[in-house]
Amino acid sequence: MRIKDHPILEFHKGKAVTFTVDGRKYEAYDDEPIAVALYANGITTLSYSLKYHRPRGVFCCIGNCSSCLMKVNGIPNVRTCTQRVRQDMVIETQDKGATK
Amino acid sequence: MRIDCDVLIIGGGPAGLCAAKTLCNTGLKVLMLERDPFLGGQLVKQTHLFFGSKEQYAGTRGFEIGKLLTEEVTSASNVTVMLETTASGFYLEENFILALEKEKILHQVHFKKVIVATGASEKSLLFEGNDLPGIYGAGAVQTLMNLYGVLPGQDIVMVGSGNIGLIVSYQLLQAGVKVKAIIEAAPVVGGYFVHAAKVRRMGIPIYTQTTIKRAIGQSKLEKIETICLDANWQMVPGTEKTMTCDTLCLAVGLAPMSELLWQFQCDMQYVSELGGYVAKRDSHMQTTHPGVFIAGDVSGVEEASSAMLEGTIAGLSAAASLHQSPESADQLMKASLDFLEGMHLGPIGEKIRSGLSKVEVKSCM
Repeated sequence: MRIKDHPILEFHKGKAVTFTVDGRKYEAYDDEPIAVALYANGITTLSYSLKYHRPRGVFCCIGNCSSCLMKVNGIPNVRTCTQRVRQDMVIETQDKGATK
Repeated sequence: MRIDCDVLIIGGGPAGLCAAKTLCNTGLKVLMLERDPFLGGQLVKQTHLFFGSKEQYAGTRGFEIGKLLTEEVTSASNVTVMLETTASGFYLEENFILALEKEKILHQVHFKKVIVATGASEKSLLFEGNDLPGIYGAGAVQTLMNLYGVLPGQDIVMVGSGNIGLIVSYQLLQAGVKVKAIIEAAPVVGGYFVHAAKVRRMGIPIYTQTTIKRAIGQSKLEKIETICLDANWQMVPGTEKTMTCDTLCLAVGLAPMSELLWQFQCDMQYVSELGGYVAKRDSHMQTTHPGVFIAGDVSGVEEASSAMLEGTIAGLSAAASLHQSPESADQLMKASLDFLEGMHLGPIGEKIRSGLSKVEVKSCM
């Protein structure tokens, strides 16, 4: 959910871009981190743990931990809390249905 | 590609920026590496007014301090800033830093002196279900809402009543989100009284001697179970309580990101008061590896105001070691050392004083 009115801050957004997550189309603003764009669209599960298939979301949001890794334009293990979203990006939940 | 500089600054947060600021308009070739696409570090998400004195930007909001410092540093002709560039390793024999720019271009960065100002990372807490989406470091929530204007949830519980826990709770209220409670394992509130009073006035209860036992949820956090602690920090069976919430913020401290300092083979010491492993250093921020200076949270987790002072001290020390001190360096050094000492006085500074006494060594010059 996006903040509309804030007593102190103003949020300057880039132009609207569209991208896909697991084949479904979404909209966000150019140059915001992928994870932020996904959270704004209500998507909070970004990958699954390999062994127990537990859902993973953002933890640190500044590129320190590895909780937000996703597959972006075919490249796995992209840190989505720092990598910026772009028009027509193909984003995939990582290790969905990975074998035990 | 090979790059040469006199002073390399790793990290463009409050400490790195203040170090760079002291070196502006000297004859030194300064290079700053910053992992993010912007300078300012964690100042960019600080919406509160800073304390202290005029020299420490008191009365100015954190993100505005970041902007002021960035403008000053980027307008100096002798300072080069490389954004989206990570210092990923130090090669001891060849004496260079390997830096990766935009995840594509590798650079060999050669330097005469280096200031490591890499900051800290948020700690987590051990409890069942702590990996569920919806559980964040408090700083992550601050980044989401204050930098990008996105709310992580609607119904929030904060773990930890240190200054970060208190400030982020208040900022969540400002952003229009309900903070259900702050829980604190210690018997007393950890942060400044003024911050605690503010959140209490806004109706957020603070439960002391309480911790989280487990997080419950399917695809994301749905509720948590809290439990009371006794005087020996042991869980008291039968005191479990369930609270529904979609977001849990962990404000349980930070750990210095000291990986590079290990690679420099600095003398390292585990100091819990400072957040983890830190490099031993003298009062002028030089480590036991000659020419390697530290500043900010990587030298011991404190706060932005002390990081800025340490940055100034480290910058001046690096310049002095190259015999290129800026004008009135002695005065600025003395004032910065005095301010920093002042911050560590009294009962609030007790923990930091105790931590520093374990890592401060005699002059490394």
